[in-house]
Amino acid sequence: MTETPGAGTATTGAARAHARSQAGTVVDCMPLLPPPEGALWEETVAGGGYAHLAVPAGAELALTDRDGDACAHLLLFVTGRPWERLNTADTAKVQWNAYLGVGSLLLSDQGRVLATVVADSSGRHDTLAGTSTAARNTARYGDGTPQGRSPAGRELFKLAAAKQGLTPRDLPPSVSFFHGIRVAADGSLRSTGSAGPGARVVLRAEQPLTVLLANTAHPLDPRPEFHCTPLHLRAVPGVPTAADDPLAAATPERGRAFLNTRTLGAR
Amino acid sequence: MTTAPATSPAVPAAPGVLLDETVPARAAWSAVVPRGATLTITDLRGNQAVDCLLYDAHDTAVRYSAPDTLQAQRGIFLTTGSVLLSNEHTPLMTVVADDCGRHDTVGGACSKESNTLRYGHHTWQQHACVENFLAEGARYGLGKRDLVSNINWYMNVPVEADGTLGIVDGISAPGLRVVLRAETDVLVLVSNCPQINNPCNGFDPTPVRMTITEGGSR
Repeated sequence: MTETPGAGTATTGAARAHARSQAGTVVDCMPLLPPPEGALWEETVAGGGYAHLAVPAGAELALTDRDGDACAHLLLFVTGRPWERLNTADTAKVQWNAYLGVGSLLLSDQGRVLATVVADSSGRHDTLAGTSTAARNTARYGDGTPQGRSPAGRELFKLAAAKQGLTPRDLPPSVSFFHGIRVAADGSLRSTGSAGPGARVVLRAEQPLTVLLANTAHPLDPRPEFHCTPLHLRAVPGVPTAADDPLAAATPERGRAFLNTRTLGAR
Repeated sequence: MTTAPATSPAVPAAPGVLLDETVPARAAWSAVVPRGATLTITDLRGNQAVDCLLYDAHDTAVRYSAPDTLQAQRGIFLTTGSVLLSNEHTPLMTVVADDCGRHDTVGGACSKESNTLRYGHHTWQQHACVENFLAEGARYGLGKRDLVSNINWYMNVPVEADGTLGIVDGISAPGLRVVLRAETDVLVLVSNCPQINNPCNGFDPTPVRMTITEGGSR
């Protein structure tokens, strides 16, 4: 067929030209490629979207709640041996605290450190309530499918996991950033909501990490409508926490967690 | 370390009792509880933590989720009325009776690895619940990635206002029971916690009794 300029997409040539003419389009939520100078990866994840990336040991992953209604549900696996993964129970129990803040470690189920919280301007996070499911979001919002208007975190995690060769069986409970949960004296859970636009958390990878991230409303968000706004993430190279870093030596449990992590080579 | 006494069912099986077994201190146990039947866990000597994993017996990718259970009941303690939900937010079991009044689902299971962080590397060769779960789960084709959140029956884990959390003295006593009704056919894996470094079982693991009864009667 001959190519006719301006003939829409009725011919192969016109369809090709139409497709190629989209190059360079910029939208609100997309990765920046190539990453800006100095970054390993930079991406804005849509509300209801997900991300997955593998970062080297030492990398710093900055998460920003750009507009104030992001919620970063997060799972971490050691790249190449995903049987070592985030354990939320050990994260709370070993550090004798259920709340995350600067200096908190995200611990694996192997007594080692996956990541360290090195900056936090939010203070609204959660290690207890996990993420949302298709059943619950369908009951609350009428839809929990990943393509719908109120995607469930677990459905997004399943997709992100599949992209990294993992299955639903590989998904343990997750932590979440930018929507706070507090425990009252009687054990009941209370939402403290968002810290507002611009809140930022920086995680330092203490091992090579595969990161799965679902940006969707917290399961205990009290509002009847689904709210979730874009999440910005940027990964830059760095170095793992040093043995003599005050953060590593602050408690005996942290010291032993870093000791186990540094001596990984033996097992 | 204490020595586990040899144990066996204390009384002959009553009508309707499908299974009645005593789990020695530190040991693992498992069974499928049919839909509608109840599982009674009796803390024979008191203050014994009973670490418990639940799976849909027909699809073990559907398994107990502490986060979903906390979401649904908006609280961290388990007791009568608590519905134990799966990672797909479907009911696996319901707590239909509880003599103790408080059980934990936040603290997870002890492992050789986490024990090195909590207590020191001298604990490395000790027994741990994750070892029990791996050994017992292997009988059903379950592996390490299948070990997710668990319940700790009779374990007391309060959270203070600043987030401080810890395993503290139990509030259980000899003979107390918790009764769970299966909402579907449920595979139950138990590690009768061997922990000797914290107060979850008074630093002295003791046996527990597992009784499965048909039709929801105790």
